[in-house]
Amino acid sequence: MNNYEILSKANIAPQVTRFEIYVPKIARKRQAGQFVIIRTWEGGERIPLTIADANPEKGTITLISQSVGKTTFELANMQVGQCLKDIAGPLGTPTHIEKLGTVICIGGGVGTAPLYPITQAMKKAGNHIITILGARSKDLFILEKEMRNVSDEMIIATDDGSYGEKGFVTTALQKLIDDGRQINQVIAIGPTIMMKMVSLLTKNYNIPTVVSLNTIMIDGTGMCGGCRISINGAIKFVCVDGPEFDGHGVNWDEMLKRMGTYKKHECVALNQYKKHHREAEVA
Amino acid sequence: MKTKERLQIPPVGMQQQAASERIHNQNEVPLGFTPEEARLEALRCLQCKNVPCIAGCPVGIDIPSFIGFIAEGNFQDAILKIKEKNVLPAVCGRVCPQEEQCQLPCTVGKILKTTEKSVSIGKLERFAADWERNSGSVSKPKLAPKTGKRVAIVGGGPAGLTVAGDLIKSGHEVTVFEALHKAGGVLVYGIPEFRLPKKIVKNEVENLQSLGVEFKYNYVIGKIESIDELFQEYDSIFIGTGAGLPRFMGIEGENLLGVYSANEYLTRANLMRAFDFPNADTPILNVSRVATIGGGNVAMDSARTALRLGAERSLIIYRRSEVEMPARNEEIEHAKDEGVEFHLLVNPIRITGNEEGWVTGMEDIKMELGEPDASGRRRPVPIPGSEFIVDVDAVIVAIGNSPNPLVAKVTPELKVNRWGGIIVDEKTGETSIKGVYAGGDIVLGAATVILAMGEGRRAAKAMHEYMMNEKTD
Repeated sequence: MNNYEILSKANIAPQVTRFEIYVPKIARKRQAGQFVIIRTWEGGERIPLTIADANPEKGTITLISQSVGKTTFELANMQVGQCLKDIAGPLGTPTHIEKLGTVICIGGGVGTAPLYPITQAMKKAGNHIITILGARSKDLFILEKEMRNVSDEMIIATDDGSYGEKGFVTTALQKLIDDGRQINQVIAIGPTIMMKMVSLLTKNYNIPTVVSLNTIMIDGTGMCGGCRISINGAIKFVCVDGPEFDGHGVNWDEMLKRMGTYKKHECVALNQYKKHHREAEVA
Repeated sequence: MKTKERLQIPPVGMQQQAASERIHNQNEVPLGFTPEEARLEALRCLQCKNVPCIAGCPVGIDIPSFIGFIAEGNFQDAILKIKEKNVLPAVCGRVCPQEEQCQLPCTVGKILKTTEKSVSIGKLERFAADWERNSGSVSKPKLAPKTGKRVAIVGGGPAGLTVAGDLIKSGHEVTVFEALHKAGGVLVYGIPEFRLPKKIVKNEVENLQSLGVEFKYNYVIGKIESIDELFQEYDSIFIGTGAGLPRFMGIEGENLLGVYSANEYLTRANLMRAFDFPNADTPILNVSRVATIGGGNVAMDSARTALRLGAERSLIIYRRSEVEMPARNEEIEHAKDEGVEFHLLVNPIRITGNEEGWVTGMEDIKMELGEPDASGRRRPVPIPGSEFIVDVDAVIVAIGNSPNPLVAKVTPELKVNRWGGIIVDEKTGETSIKGVYAGGDIVLGAATVILAMGEGRRAAKAMHEYMMNEKTD
C-alpha cells in the first residue's frame, strides 16, 4: 500500500463522500479535533479536512468531504487505489477532553464528521452525551448510527420535518434548556450560520459553547495568516490557535464574509473542472 | 594587469528585462552576465591581500580566488571554490544583500568612493552558478567516509538546506522534514519567480538529493513527531522552521476582504501559482489598486507581484523615509522602474470597507521624522490634522512575522524569548536541549537568506563536533 492511497470510498449522502486513506503516521498520531491539509494534484490547492476517524492498526484515516468546489468534486471523483498528492497533518490543537457532566453535541450536515471523534472522546471521558443532529431533510444525515453508539440520548431535527422533529437544531436545544436540563457544555459543528445561531442561543444562558471553524487556509501550519478570525476583538489563527474556539467570542459576521472572499473564483474553477470532466468522460 | 588599469575598467552592468515588458510576466528581471561580461567584471577585482570582502561574507567564501578563476575563464574552478563554502550559490548570487556585506568593504568601491562601483561579487557568483547549471554537468563535492550518525533537519528552507549540505559532506546521514509539499521554504513560498526562478531552487534541492540527502514532505514536526521521538532515530536535530504568524498593524479593518498578510499574498502567488489560476487551483484576488504596508524586501516583492497580477496602481505605504527603508536599493529601484508608487512618511490609521466587507480604501496620516529611536533611525511622528484617504481595493500587510510557533508549543524544554524565537548559544547554535540546534528566522525573527545560511553553517559545524565527540564518549 502506498502512502495517501484511497483504500475505500463510499457515497454516504448526496454529494458527500467518505474515504478511507492509508497514511499510517497520521492514523497513529491524530487526536479528536485535528485536521489534515490535502492536495489532489500537482497544481491543486491546499484544503483543510477534519479527520473523522482513524484506525491505527490498519494505518488509515477517514475523511468525509462534501462536494462544493473544484477540489472537493475532484476528490469525490478519485478512485480506490489512487493516491492523493499530499496529506499533511495532524494539524490544529486537539480538543480539550474532560469529564464535565452533561455535554450536548450538535452536528449540522457534514459537520457531523468532525463532531464524531470529539463525541467519542467526550463519551469515553465519562460525560453524559446528548446528541442533536440536524439537516434540511432525511437523506442528508451522515454517521447517524456511529453517533448513536456514542450518545446517551439522541435527537434528530429536520427543517422539513421529513425525519425526527421538525425544526432547527436550535429548536431542539431550546427545548432541552426549557425543560430545565443541566447542560455543562455545548459542542456545535456544522455550517457557520448554524454555529452562529447555537452560540447566540447559549450565550443567553451562559452555557459554555465550543465550535470548530473551517476557514480558508493555505499552509495550515501557522505561516500565512489566511485563516485569521476575531475572537473577542483579537486576531486568532484557526490553524494553530484552533480549530476550536469559544463560540461566544467569535465575530461570526466577519467570518461569514471572509469565507466568501473567493466565491467568484470558486465558480470559475468549478465550471471549468466540470466542463473538462464531462469532456473527458465523453472521450 | 596593473591596479590602475583595473580601476579604469567601468563597472559592467547586467542586462535587464525592460520594466514595461516585465510587469506582464513572471520571468527574472536581471538576465545574467555573458562569459565576456563576467571576465571583464572579474578583471576589476584587485586581488587585495587583506581580503576585506571575505570578512563581509556570512559564510566566508574565498571571494578573490573565485573571481580570479572567472577572470582567467576557468569557470569550473570558480564554482568549485564557491561551493567549498556555499551550498546555494545560484540563490545567494541573486538574493544576498551584497551591498551591505561583501561589496561594502570592497577596496575598488572604497577607491572609487561608492559601494555602487564595488566589484559585483554577487553577480559574478550568480554567473558561476548559472554557468555550471547550464553546462549540464554539476560537479559533486567529495563526501567524507560514513560516520554512521543520523541527522534530522526540521524545515527545508535556506538554513536547513545549508545544514543538510554541510553534514552530508561530513559523512552523516541526513533527513530533511519539510512541512509543505515543496522544499526551499521562503525561497519557494516567499521570494517571487521574477527575483528567484523556482527551477533554480528545485535544482539546488535535487543536487542535495543526489548527494544522498533524504527529503520528507508534508511532515509537520511538532505535530506528527515530537523532538523526543526524533531522538529515537536521530543523533542530532536542527530546527530551521522559519517564519511564523504574520504581524498585523492592530488597526481597524484588517480582517476586511482584500486584506492580506504578505506571507499569504506571496504564498498564493508563488508556491501555489495563483498567477496561473484557473490552470492552478489556488485563487488570488484580481484587484486594480493595491497598497502594501512596509518598507522591506517582502513589501517590494508584494507590490511588484501585484503589478504582475494586473493591478493598475501599486502603492508602497511606509512610515519613514526612503533612507530608512530596509529593502535593498536594487529592489527599490526595480519597483520604482516598474511603476510602484512610493508614499513615504505615511502611516495607515484604518482600512475602510463597504457593507459586504470588501476593502474600499485606507485612511492614512502624514508623518515627520523626530529624534532617533532604539533602532538608531529617526522616529516617525504623526503630523496632527494631516489625515487623508487613499482609494484602494486590496491591502497587503508586510510588517514582519513572529517565528513559527509549532515546535516550541509542544516542546516545553525548548527555551524561547518573548517574541517566540528559539534561544541559542551564539557560538554553536545549540538550543536549551542537548543535541538540538536551531538557526535562521526561527532564531533571528525575519532576517535574510544568507544570514540564515550563516547560522546553518555555524550549527552544522557544532553538530558535527557534537556527534563525533558523542561517539568517543
